[in-house]
Amino acid sequence: MPTTVREYTGSIRDTVKSFWHGLSITLSYLVRRPITVQYPDRTTLPVRDMLPPRYRGFLEVDASICTGCQACERACPISCIQISLEKDPQNPKQRVVTQFDIDEAKCMFCGLCVEPCPTGSIQHTREFEGSQADLRNLVIRWSDPLHPFPVYKVDKAAEYLPRVELGTLVRAKLAARAWDAPGPRFLPPEPPAAPAAPAAGDATPAKP
Amino acid sequence: MPTKRTASKISPRTVVLVTLAVGLGLPGALFAAILLLSPLTKPAVIDALVGRVLGVDPATWPWTGLAEGVAVGILAFILVNFGAIVSGMTVWWEMRVSSRMQSRVGYNRAGAAGFFQWIADAVKLLFKEDLIPADADQILFRSAPYFVMAGFALAFVVLPFGESLIAADLNVGVFYLIAVTALVVVGILLAGWSSNSKWALFGGMRSAAQVISYEIPAGVAVMVPILMSGTLSMQGIVRAQGAWPWQWNVFTNPASTVAFAIFFISQLAEGNRTPFDLPEAESELVAGYLSEYSGFRFALYFLVEFGNLWVMAAVATTLFLGGWQVPFVGPEAYAAARGAELIPGAAWWGLEALSMVVMVLKTLVVLNLIVWVRWTLPRIRIDQMMNLCWKYLVPWAFASFLFTLLWQLAVAGTPALATVSGIALTAATALLLVLFLRQTRANLVAMGDRVDLTNW
Repeated sequence: MPTTVREYTGSIRDTVKSFWHGLSITLSYLVRRPITVQYPDRTTLPVRDMLPPRYRGFLEVDASICTGCQACERACPISCIQISLEKDPQNPKQRVVTQFDIDEAKCMFCGLCVEPCPTGSIQHTREFEGSQADLRNLVIRWSDPLHPFPVYKVDKAAEYLPRVELGTLVRAKLAARAWDAPGPRFLPPEPPAAPAAPAAGDATPAKP
Repeated sequence: MPTKRTASKISPRTVVLVTLAVGLGLPGALFAAILLLSPLTKPAVIDALVGRVLGVDPATWPWTGLAEGVAVGILAFILVNFGAIVSGMTVWWEMRVSSRMQSRVGYNRAGAAGFFQWIADAVKLLFKEDLIPADADQILFRSAPYFVMAGFALAFVVLPFGESLIAADLNVGVFYLIAVTALVVVGILLAGWSSNSKWALFGGMRSAAQVISYEIPAGVAVMVPILMSGTLSMQGIVRAQGAWPWQWNVFTNPASTVAFAIFFISQLAEGNRTPFDLPEAESELVAGYLSEYSGFRFALYFLVEFGNLWVMAAVATTLFLGGWQVPFVGPEAYAAARGAELIPGAAWWGLEALSMVVMVLKTLVVLNLIVWVRWTLPRIRIDQMMNLCWKYLVPWAFASFLFTLLWQLAVAGTPALATVSGIALTAATALLLVLFLRQTRANLVAMGDRVDLTNW
């Protein structure tokens, strides 16, 4: 609150000066180019290509160089990776990975699974757009019992590991699934089939 | 990406054309309707038409009053629609301007440059549920928006659009304007009280305190152009000014420049515009007196808030900035083009349209100034707001009022004084404008930027 004439006139001067400078600054911004990136459809590049190279997006597993060591499964602090290994029935010396599920909905993108991987098979990509109507569709299955893959034996003489280009596999997986695809149904185990007629089996109350 | 967007079938060229057609056609049609209707719906013209077309004596014909009423009703309908549409377009324009001032892009999806966003928003608000809080005062809560809307719509009665383009040239025009715009406060106070919410009550009280306080400097500042033109009629005030800047009220009297600044600031406060948006301060009061409103009632408040921008700008233009006066076209030119016919000729309509263009351009400049100030200054504190009113604006308004009294005496003795003051102040303003633009350019260059209007 002004108590002297000098303060009174000073505050008028301040008001005029702040109008002058303030209006001039906003006018100068009016004619500048906005820095907004108009995601998703008006960007100069796809946004994944504008991200830093070590961005931790969706995990990707290159099955062709996965040794089946399960180090990533053990490293995951929230158990979003599920791996099962079996012996190949045709060739008992060859083990196959029958299940390699990563729940991207649960994943917290910490990168702890990437560190212990001996071949660099599991890596973070720069993919991040995976909207799904059903949460369960965010489980990406890198192997399943119908299509198991054999574990990779590291060639000691090889100078580098033949990994496919990072991101192509997960992109193909995401593109293959419509955003509104129905999610998988995980039903409770079937009740033991009644020895009597099937009609009686239907009549039994369902398991809670 | 798993999401596959279906490509829009409308080509960008069509979008631009449709946007331009609506964006120019809608206000254009309304301006044309005002241009045609406001001279033709005057009772005298209607009476003469009744006498000529129907062949009855309008003085004794029983339906003359009805015919006049219908004509005025049509004009009123057009004016209210004009207010609503101008309000919507102002929202769009303000959002575009403000976003660029903040290095953003703003509306750009619905139509070219996002022009249809205001229509989309209005439609969305119409479809929303009209909620009334259980403990609210039902009648007051429901009626409050109508007070606000009435205060806004009634202002259009005396807003001039051109030389003869005014709904009613009241001989107490300015007084009427100040009186009806005060109705808005009643609505806001009712809204705040009836909502039965602390946020709303505080907002309503703040608004009442603010608007009633700022009525005083605004009223005294308005007295300055009234004293200079010797009339309360809006058209009379415009007629007392000239077309050139050095003949405007704002420049022909040094005190009037001060009065203009005071009037402008008070108008911002009365319209609850930033930096005086204390009644609806989001960070303090949620939405102030609007907190409990939704749907159509909320839309009415919003409409009035942005429509008031046009009213404020048009009043400032009328009182201080020469209104619709066209250079080189004096009152004799209008009278000569008017002739004695009942329906004037094309020359007169052309002059009227010209005066309307001048008025609209000036109004848009002032409107942009108001938008610009809003996005420049932060909200002031409530004690600062009261300080500003009572310790700065009121004394200075009275000082400029007294100075004007003496100035008018001096001008009556030496008429050249007004011209000297006009030319000197116009030159000073032009100089300040140049300095301001240089300052703006310096601001731009200091950051290593340049003028770049891309990225819409």
